[in-house]
Amino acid sequence: MNYEVIVVGGGHAGIEASLSCARLKHKTLLVTGNINNIADMPCNPSIGGPAKGIVVREIDALGGEMAKNTDKSSLQMKMLNTKKGPAVRALRAQADKVIYKKEMLKTLNSQDNLDIKEGLVKELIIKDNRVGGVILEDGEEISAKAVILTTGTYLKGTILVGDKKTKGGPHGEKASNYLSPFLKKLGFNILRLKTGTPPRIEKRSVDFSKMQEELGSSEDITFSYDNTTALAYKYRLPCHLIYTNETTHKIIKEHLNESSMYGGYVEGVGPRYCPSIEDKVVRFSDKERHQLFLEPESIYYDDLYLQGFSTSMPHYVQEQMVHSLKGLENAKILKYAYAIEYDAIDSRQIKPTLETKIIENLYTAGQINGTSGYEEAAGQGLIAGINASLKLENKNPLILKRNESYIGVLIDDLVTKGVKDPYRLLTSRAEYRLLLRDDNADLRLREYGHKIGLIKDDIYNNFLKKKQDIEDLTNLLKETKITPKNEINNILIKLNTSPLKDGITLYDLLKRPELSIEDLTNFIKLNYSKEVLKEVEINIKYEGYIKKSMEEAKKMLELENKTIPEDINYQDIPNIASEAKEKLENIRPITLGQASRISGVNPSDIAIISVYLKKRGI
Amino acid sequence: MQDTIVAISTKLGVGAISIIRVSGNNAIPLVNKVFRGKDLTKVDSHTINYGFINDGIEDIDEVLVSVMKAPKTFTREDIVEINCHGGIYTTLKILDLLIEEGARRAEKGEFTKRAFLNGRIDLTEAEAVMDLIESKTDNSRKLALSSLEGNLKKYITSFRNKLKHILANIEVNIDYPEYYDIEEVTKKELKEVIKSLEKDLKNLVTKSEERQIIKNGIKTIIIGRPNVGKSSILNRFLKEDKAIVTDIEGTTRDIVEGSIIFDGIELSLIDTAGIRETDNLAEKIGVEKSISLIDKANLIIVVLNSSEELTNNDKFILDKVKDKNPIIVLNKNDLKAKIDKSKLDFKHIVSTNTNTQDGIDSLKDEIKSMFKLEEINEDDYTYLANERQLSLAKQALKSLRDAKNSLESDEPVDIIEIDLKEVFDILGSITGESYSDELLDELFANFCVGK
Repeated sequence: MNYEVIVVGGGHAGIEASLSCARLKHKTLLVTGNINNIADMPCNPSIGGPAKGIVVREIDALGGEMAKNTDKSSLQMKMLNTKKGPAVRALRAQADKVIYKKEMLKTLNSQDNLDIKEGLVKELIIKDNRVGGVILEDGEEISAKAVILTTGTYLKGTILVGDKKTKGGPHGEKASNYLSPFLKKLGFNILRLKTGTPPRIEKRSVDFSKMQEELGSSEDITFSYDNTTALAYKYRLPCHLIYTNETTHKIIKEHLNESSMYGGYVEGVGPRYCPSIEDKVVRFSDKERHQLFLEPESIYYDDLYLQGFSTSMPHYVQEQMVHSLKGLENAKILKYAYAIEYDAIDSRQIKPTLETKIIENLYTAGQINGTSGYEEAAGQGLIAGINASLKLENKNPLILKRNESYIGVLIDDLVTKGVKDPYRLLTSRAEYRLLLRDDNADLRLREYGHKIGLIKDDIYNNFLKKKQDIEDLTNLLKETKITPKNEINNILIKLNTSPLKDGITLYDLLKRPELSIEDLTNFIKLNYSKEVLKEVEINIKYEGYIKKSMEEAKKMLELENKTIPEDINYQDIPNIASEAKEKLENIRPITLGQASRISGVNPSDIAIISVYLKKRGI
Repeated sequence: MQDTIVAISTKLGVGAISIIRVSGNNAIPLVNKVFRGKDLTKVDSHTINYGFINDGIEDIDEVLVSVMKAPKTFTREDIVEINCHGGIYTTLKILDLLIEEGARRAEKGEFTKRAFLNGRIDLTEAEAVMDLIESKTDNSRKLALSSLEGNLKKYITSFRNKLKHILANIEVNIDYPEYYDIEEVTKKELKEVIKSLEKDLKNLVTKSEERQIIKNGIKTIIIGRPNVGKSSILNRFLKEDKAIVTDIEGTTRDIVEGSIIFDGIELSLIDTAGIRETDNLAEKIGVEKSISLIDKANLIIVVLNSSEELTNNDKFILDKVKDKNPIIVLNKNDLKAKIDKSKLDFKHIVSTNTNTQDGIDSLKDEIKSMFKLEEINEDDYTYLANERQLSLAKQALKSLRDAKNSLESDEPVDIIEIDLKEVFDILGSITGESYSDELLDELFANFCVGK
């Protein structure tokens, strides 16, 4: 069989990569170790959160699948950070793991141009530094013009529990033991990373009366811009909040050396932002308690996910630890916590298109690039799929900038700075987050999605209408003036805002912090959708700040628009510090902007390169 | 490769010795061509060589030539410095000779720029070096040295760390919204941090502005109607120090017509016409010209003849300067006083007799106390050494106030944080920790070559 694209791995990155290639009409094969594990959520049963939730919206804006599938399977939706400002609001869903998988598999199976095959990839077919397909462990060769690696934790994956090490994946599947040594031979630097997951608890063994219930938002909110109602809304399930206590900490301290991590059995580097419970107890020893959540995994399962309690302690210690928790005294552990180690490549060896620098037409996305998180994986998968397709079509690649998307921030960080521990997206990684909001991902990215061909015309037309409505409403508010008449001032007083002395446009009136756009219906009819109202409100209320951010971004873009030619020889440029020279040689930034973000490259180096490029007339 | 540049690195026309500096690949052979003495291409690095500069026909001057080979030089290039006898004529002639031989006259700031580009110095250091070169008096030289040692950087970093701390807390609150155990930054806390930062930053700006004045010379106007003794006062200063100079190329935007240096302070006279012109010029024109400049002055000295009643013209002058904190000099105090001192509503009044030295020291003391020169002599040298840094600090102060306003109008925390982050970034660029193209252009335009 001849394929144009082969995607290796059926996790969140692999799905988006396969779907985007197939939807762009490229004959695509998804190779996975186990079809039943496609779209699996081996860790927490939730999607979204600060920054990550916005990535899901961006995926939707570009024509990816994650948002739509989450809407089909959500058990609870929550808008986070509502009081902290427009830029940091983010959606998070508790997703039903079973429904999520089932629905995603349906979508994949009904997708034209997409085949799915079980198998483990052993090697890649490489000719003249260009990929030409894959060789499976059973020896079968499948050719393709492009290959996208989305291998997750399966590259030499090893499960760790206490002093026990087992080769394999989260569900006892076979690990891929040949591919990473093969990649190493090709010249990739291989890193060993680690992550972990907490135990799963049987629901009926839990005493919920001792816990605090946490519900989602009551509004009907969706991840996808194209859904108006959450489809699985009827299922709404609560989460529960509990805390560790002195006894828990005592048990952990007593058995510390039995954990994989502290017993010295782990080689991989774990994520700083998501430490195991033993890490938390050791590193923050002055804290009397740590907070934990019990989250529902599925309406079909009796499993609860004990968020915040990931550990690599042996089973018998995990029993003691769990039973020390309030409400879990008699809890039954359905699945023990474990740590997992896996291989990843140095993300500085890939381009901002996610194509590797060493092998042409070979793309990588997700945990293989050193990230963690379903959303980070999906975002990269989508971009890798899009860029592999665009390259096959001889079109310019899609490289999202830091001021237009979190996905752009994520990829730029990866290829410019590299990772030491699994990379998680945080809002603080974005310099212009007021521009990268949950509400405007479509306004930022739909054009791209449509131009590439992932956003169909009818959806695009809805989007254009929304854009037009935003413009119309903005103009309407600018044109509508109210005057200090008694009846108007009476309304204002009722709205707890000061009465008028002079006439004012509704546009300016809305700038008062105490007023919302809904309050304006006292003066004018507003026949617009909720989304349009919200968008216009944010734009008006935060106009000054948004402008400021845009100006900041413009400054950045000036450097960003100065391209560094691919064949630049840094040895030819005198006076660059040798540390900078080495880093520039390795990373080979594509713009001066990217170069300026490399640690160890100083302003003076940038000035010198800038002068050098000018002299060469670039 | 970089060409060879040349400049006169001492102030032209002042002092007994002038130094001409040549930097670049070809610096040593180039100077060697006009040098009569040892073969400079064969001497050791960092040696001083005695000889003559010869234009091929005759010796122009007897000189000492320092040869310093790369990389252990200021620019990390070969540098030759010619110590010749001061005097405009000789110095310029040697400069011309070197240019004839193929050196290029350095642009403003080019030596320091090369030092920076060649990785010899970082941004703050570069600026401090420039200040060191430009500083004319001991006090400002100390200022420059302290900045070099990084006091400023330490001080600013302490601000930044305060901010960093609270910014990090806000970030954690945003990125981990459901961690109820992590305390949320309250608006009250934010307010306190902003308030204390504002105070620190404001102090820094005010202090720096004062120092800036001292460094650039206190722009001074001596004003008064003719024959009250303006030029006598000037001459008294001069008599003591013999230090009036006329700039050939002024470095400030205003035309400095001369300067007086005493006790480590420099007074830059921005209007000497009013002093020099006598009765020849219509009285009013002279005074009006001075009045038009008072807004540009840091120091206004009004001279009155205390042995005469106040004329209308005196009153006119006093009225114009009443809000400008001038020093009033009651001259000719040897004669019977006709002006009632107690009726003059001014803080600084000094009596002098310009026929003697009487009162001149009090005038100097008054000037010193006005510009807090006592404080300068302490060891606190943490302030912004140049215009770029000062204007950045003012921007940061503005952003900080914006943050305060946002906080007061109850904006959400991520909006307030935009301004706070800006403050953080600006403080970083003062110490050279962030990058923008403009910054470098601006910076290099401010460098004064070879001084």
